[in-house]
Parts: sequence; C-alpha cells; structure tokens
Amino acid sequence: MSTPLIEARNVTKTFGGGLFDKSRTVALEDFSFKIDADNPSVTSIVGESGSGKTTLARLLLGLVAPTEGEVLYNGKNLENLSSRDRKQFLRDVQVIFQDPFEVYNPFYRIDHVLDTPIRNFGLAKTEKERKDLINEALEAVGIRPEEILGRFPHELSGGQRQRIMVARSLLLRPKLIIADEPVSMVDASLRATILGSLLRLNREFGISLIYITHDLTTAFQVSEDIMVFYRGSLAEAGDVDQVVRNPEHPYTRLLVGSIPLPDPDMPWEGERAIGRPAGELGEVGEKFCKFTDRCPFAMPMCVQSDPPLYHTHENRVSSCFLYRESPTIPMTEMTSIFRSSNRQGPVQDNVSFDALDAELEVSTESSSSASSNDD
Amino acid sequence: MVEETLSTEQTEVETDATLQVRDLHVYFHTAAGAVKAVNGVNFALKKGERFGLVGESGSGKSTIALSLLRLIKPPGRIEGGQVFLNGVDLVSLTEEEMRRKRLDEIALVAQGAMNSLNPVRRIRDQFMLAFQDHGIDVKRSGINDHIGDLLSRVGLSRDVADMFPHELSGGMKQRVCIALAISLSPSVIIADEPTSALDVVVQWQVMDTLRRVQEDLGASVILIGHDMGLMAQFVDRLGVMYAGRLVEIAKVKDMFGDPLHPYGQMLIASLPSLEVKQDRLQGIPGITPSLLNPPSGCPFHTRCPKMMEHCKTVTPVLQEVREDHWVACHLYEEAK
Ligand SMILES: Nc1ncnc2c1ncn2[C@@H]1O[C@H](COP(=O)(O)OP(=O)(O)OP(=O)(O)O)[C@@H](O)[C@H]1O
Ligand SMILES: Nc1ncnc2c1ncn2[C@@H]1O[C@H](COP(=O)(O)OP(=O)(O)OP(=O)(O)O)[C@@H](O)[C@H]1O
Ligand code: SF4
Ligand SMILES: [Mg+2]
Ligand SMILES: [Mg+2]
Repeated sequence: MSTPLIEARNVTKTFGGGLFDKSRTVALEDFSFKIDADNPSVTSIVGESGSGKTTLARLLLGLVAPTEGEVLYNGKNLENLSSRDRKQFLRDVQVIFQDPFEVYNPFYRIDHVLDTPIRNFGLAKTEKERKDLINEALEAVGIRPEEILGRFPHELSGGQRQRIMVARSLLLRPKLIIADEPVSMVDASLRATILGSLLRLNREFGISLIYITHDLTTAFQVSEDIMVFYRGSLAEAGDVDQVVRNPEHPYTRLLVGSIPLPDPDMPWEGERAIGRPAGELGEVGEKFCKFTDRCPFAMPMCVQSDPPLYHTHENRVSSCFLYRESPTIPMTEMTSIFRSSNRQGPVQDNVSFDALDAELEVSTESSSSASSNDD
Repeated sequence: MVEETLSTEQTEVETDATLQVRDLHVYFHTAAGAVKAVNGVNFALKKGERFGLVGESGSGKSTIALSLLRLIKPPGRIEGGQVFLNGVDLVSLTEEEMRRKRLDEIALVAQGAMNSLNPVRRIRDQFMLAFQDHGIDVKRSGINDHIGDLLSRVGLSRDVADMFPHELSGGMKQRVCIALAISLSPSVIIADEPTSALDVVVQWQVMDTLRRVQEDLGASVILIGHDMGLMAQFVDRLGVMYAGRLVEIAKVKDMFGDPLHPYGQMLIASLPSLEVKQDRLQGIPGITPSLLNPPSGCPFHTRCPKMMEHCKTVTPVLQEVREDHWVACHLYEEAK
C-alpha cells in the first residue's frame, strides 16, 4: 500500500488545564485512522454529541494539534510541513463545517467566500472563467447564482449558506473532503441532492469523503464504512450495512434503536427500549469501559479495564467485552478491516446520477420546459 | 392574488383555536427588491396540539416563527395578515404590549438557540434577565427554587443553574433553552429545529422532555424542522411549506400515508430508507423558484410533473379536499 494521504497515529486530544484540572476534557483518545488517496472511499462518522467527531476533523485538518500522537500528510507531520507542502495540503483537503455561519464574515458578501479560493489558488485567468466556475459550482448544489450573489450571509437561509460551502469545496477538486454535518440544516430533497453531488465527486473524480453526521439513514445510504464514537473513543467500526442493520456495541444498539423513523405507526422508544444498567459491578479500576454506567449488559470486567478492539467479523470491529471471544486487533490496524481498504480501485456500484443530471438540466432551462403529462 | 387567498381560505377559521394565523405576508426589502418570504399563510393551532412545519430550505419557516413573535427585523416587515393568540391580534399590538406577550404567552426556541446562550453568564443569570424583562421581581424569595424547578422539569440537575454554557453539552444547552421558553408557562411554544445538532439518543430525550412539559402546561407546540422522522414521531398535524406558502396541511398519518400535493408526494418519496440502499440519491429535480420574482400561478408549477396549462397562470388556494386534509393544487379542484 502506498503512503496514505492522511494518517492519524494514536492521537489523543485533551482540552483544558493540567492533569488534575476538573475542566479537563479528553475529546479524543488514542485514535488511529488512514485515508488512502489511491482508493477513494466514503467513510461516515457518527456518535454521541460531544464524542469528539469535530475534534477529529479539526485534527485531520491541522486546525488543532494533537496532545499525543501525530497526524501525517503524505507521510509528513502536519505540524511542520514546508510552505510548499502546506499549500498543496490546503488544496488537497477541503472541509465543509457543521455551522456554516461561523465560516462567513458577516461584513463580506457571499461572493467573497467563493472568490477567495479562486484567487488564492489561481483557478481562473479571466473574469469570464471566474464567473463560469462560480456559476457551475452553485448550480451543482441547486442554487440560482443571480439569487444569492451580492447578498450578505444573514440574508440567506441556513440551508442556502450550507450549500454555498459545498459549492466552495467543489471549486478546488481536492483529494479529500471532510464534511461535518453538511446537510443537517436542509430539507430531505436537498439532502439527497447535496449528498448526491458529493458522491458524484467521489465516483467521478476519485475524491474521498469523510461524512460526519447524526443522520444514520444518510450515512447508511452514502458510505461504505462507518465509525461510531462514544465519549472520545471508537465504540464500533466497519461495514456500514452490517453495523446499521445489526449493531454490536451496546451504544450502537442504543443509537440505532433511537432513530426516529418517518412512519407515524412505528414506535419511538429511545432509551426507554434498551433497558437500564444492572446493579453492583464491584470495584472500579483505573481504566474502564466508558459506556458501563448506561449499559444494560455491563459485567464486572467492564469496570476493571477498557475493552480493546475485537475483530468480530471480516469487516467489523467492536470495542466491547461482549465480543471477547473474537481476536483483538491493534487500533493502528483498524482501517485495514474497512471494505474500502480491501478492494482494488474505485467503488463498483449502481449509483445513478440521472436524477442529478436531470436536475441540472431543468435548472438551466426555462420553466416552460416542464411538460404536462396529466390531463 | 392576496384577496383571492383571503376570501377562500378564511373558511379555516377555528373558534377554539389557541393560535390563528390569517393571510400572513412577510417580505424582506432588499436592494434587489422584495423577497416574499411568507406569501399568504393561513393555519390554526388547537389548544394542546402539536403542529409541524416542514418544507424547502428557505421556504419561510423560520420567518413565520419570528413573525409570530413579532421579532422580524428590518429590512423584513410584516406586510399584512393577522396572528390571533387567544383571540388577540398580535400584529396590531404596540411594541410594549407585544414584549409582555413574549415568553408569557408565546415563546420561541429559535434555530440555533443553544449557541445563543450568553457565554459569560451563568445559567441562573440568563433566567433572571428573562424574568426582569417581564417585570418579575427577581429578588423575591423562591426565585431560585423556581429556576431549579424549571431545570428539573427538563431533566437537568438543579446545579446546572450555577454553570456556564460551555460546561454543558449540546443536549443540555438545548434543554436549558426549553426551560427558558417554558419559564412563564406560555400557551404556545415554537421550536425551530430544536434537535438538528444532536445525536438521536439525545434527540429522543429532548423531544420527550418537550412533549412532557407541553402536556403538563397544556400548551400548543409548533415544531419546525427537516427531520421527517422526528415529525412522524412528534406532531399531530403537519403543514408543508413551499416558496413562502403553505401548500398542504394534514394529520401526520395522512401526510405520510397519502400525501396529496405533488410537492408533498415528492418530499415523502425522497426520504432515504434504512432498509434498502437506493441506487440513486434523488432529490426533487429543478430549483426553488425565486422569492424576488415568484412565478405566476402555482409556485410549484416549474417543477411539478403533473402540471396543467392553467397551473402556470392561476394560483391554487388551500382547500379542504378531505376531512382535515388541506391542499393548494388544481388537481383537486373538483374533488370537493
Ligand atoms: N476548544 C475547545 N475547548 C474546550 N473543550 C472543547 C473544545 N472543543 C471541543 N471541546 C470538548 O471536546 C469534546 C468533543 O467535542 P466535539 O466538538 O469534537 O464533539 P462532536 O462529536 O463533534 O459533537 P457534536 O455531535 O455535538 O458536534 C466535548 O466535550 C467538547 O466540549
Ligand atoms: N434578512 C434577510 N434579508 C433578505 N432575505 C432574507 C432575510 N432573512 C431571510 N431571507 C430570505 O427569506 C427566505 C425565507 O427564509 P427562512 O429563514 O424563513 O427559511 P426557512 O424555511 O427557515 O429555511 P431553512 O429550512 O433553511 O432554515 C429565504 O429565501 C431567505 O433567503
Ligand atoms: S397546481 Fe398544478 S403545478 Fe401546482 S402542484 Fe398542482 S398540478 Fe402541480
Ligand atoms: Mg461536531
Ligand atoms: Mg429556518
């Protein structure tokens, strides 16, 4: 295998003061992960609010430095890249953030967000090229350029702002897009459109995607592999179909069981359904499973050490003592079980982009093209 | 066009309604012209009812929420219509009268509310400020107990009162916002995407909390959002917005089981499933119409697969075509 585009090696990120400071938060603990640029993949990250997902994204982007461990870009530590490598990194790895409002400067018009990368990376030689690039990117996310250009951020709806961020990352044709909740604020139809355009970048341009979300249904739809986080640690990872259909780790079971289904006849029981933790577990050791206090299956061994990663199936790992019969696998090898690591070349699937093409056509033609097929 | 809507849709007058919105128009006056964000919206909310508002991004849902509390800022303006809350038209109140209604009778958990808590103030102070604003004597004894009660009502420990926002998780902050919203026992609570940033386990906790306090208070709730799963599980009735208009209103079961408006049908059909991997991620083809120059006729006609000739020129009005099922579409014109 070639050098990964991005690799996190045993990274831990702690916020706040010293070891005994009560406000100290371990946002991410001993996590390892690789993205191989030659094997474009789509990986979802889900998990508890505050479990370290955004922290991981920020680490991979070099926006924060790990407290322990290192993040490598093409084998080189992100913290001391040459300025040339740094510039290439800033182009290769793009991000779409959770809260698009944060990214916008309220005093600049929306155009500025799109102009900046074009200028910084010299993407357009003429004014016409610049305009075409912007229009193309905006139309790809279903926005009418003349409608939003010239406006200020607060004059757009949440969903409109979020789509502009997707359009911005499309401009640069990077190798990896990290999308942190890119569609949490848009309607179901637009979710499909935006994720469809991201997926198309993956299939057609070989761009890898990391999709961070609370929406397990779209994670299931777009990704091959999924990672589930709980309080800064990986609870479970692997083949998305298996993890979502048949979760192993008790936290993943709770998570999947809490999905509100779009069917008023289905019950939504949430935590009520999974049951409460058992009683006394005995003395708590220095290390323990972080889910013990909520886990209905907790055993005395769960409070005496923290569970390693068990390799439960060909394409799955779970960090839970319920699977202690399975062999363990070191954290640094975790991504080797991913489906994306075990195939040659791009994903072979039957994802169709007709709908997207149709959409782009409709959007550029006049309204009269919508024909009547009903009398 | 305004008159037409007014005359036909007045039929939805509910005498026992807690909230009655009639022909509401809200525009943003930008340099490029008036953005018709809310363009003739009618609906009513029964006492204790949970009503959902879904629809396209940018279709005017948050604008409705802010307008109901008269919190629309320039260049936005309520151009016309009435909002009757317990029989009083909020649109005609003075600013001072309206200020007293907020929180007291109608409260909002705004989009992104949890990020708008003041970062340098303890949670207790945020309650105190809200109380002061309503002329409540915060020095009076028992006020701390009251704050503690509110926090425990939303499932938080009383100690949270002494904490700063950054010491709380997203779900906890969102519950603080709900506690703030219910602090003066309003009869209408509006929650604009209260859980879109939270994991589904916490989503369930927050919605369970909201449902419980709402039932205790006998308040009505308007839930705004994009999560159709959440809507299916939480609301009694659902309204679907498209380009500044409400195009369909139905009981939640009817909306999911038998949507009538072509947009409603396509929205429901675009929901991804957890069962089968779709071979295409399909949104609704086409682009949202401009709110600066809305198309003539039906706002959906530019994307509607069932469009007929007169859809391009005549605006369909919201009509009750089945019991409790309202739709604005020419396909159902004769159905009644
Ligand atoms: N700059 C910071 N200073 C202090 N603590 C932080 C900082 N950033 C994150 N944290 C803490 O680290 C933990 C992980 O936060 P993170 O934002 O990574 O979670 P997340 O999984 O993205 O959550 P969400 O699903 O709510 O977006 C949280 O406890 C958070 O409060
Ligand atoms: N201050 C403003 N100036 C100009 N236009 C505005 C302003 N605020 C909102 N708008 C426009 O009004 C329309 C309705 O916006 P609103 O925020 O109500 O939509 P929404 O339905 O809540 O969308 P979302 O689901 O994305 O939150 C949008 O087209 C938006 O661009
Ligand atoms: S009125 Fe016409 S264009 Fe509008 S939704 Fe109905 S059929 Fe489609
Ligand atoms: Mg996050
Ligand atoms: Mg909104």
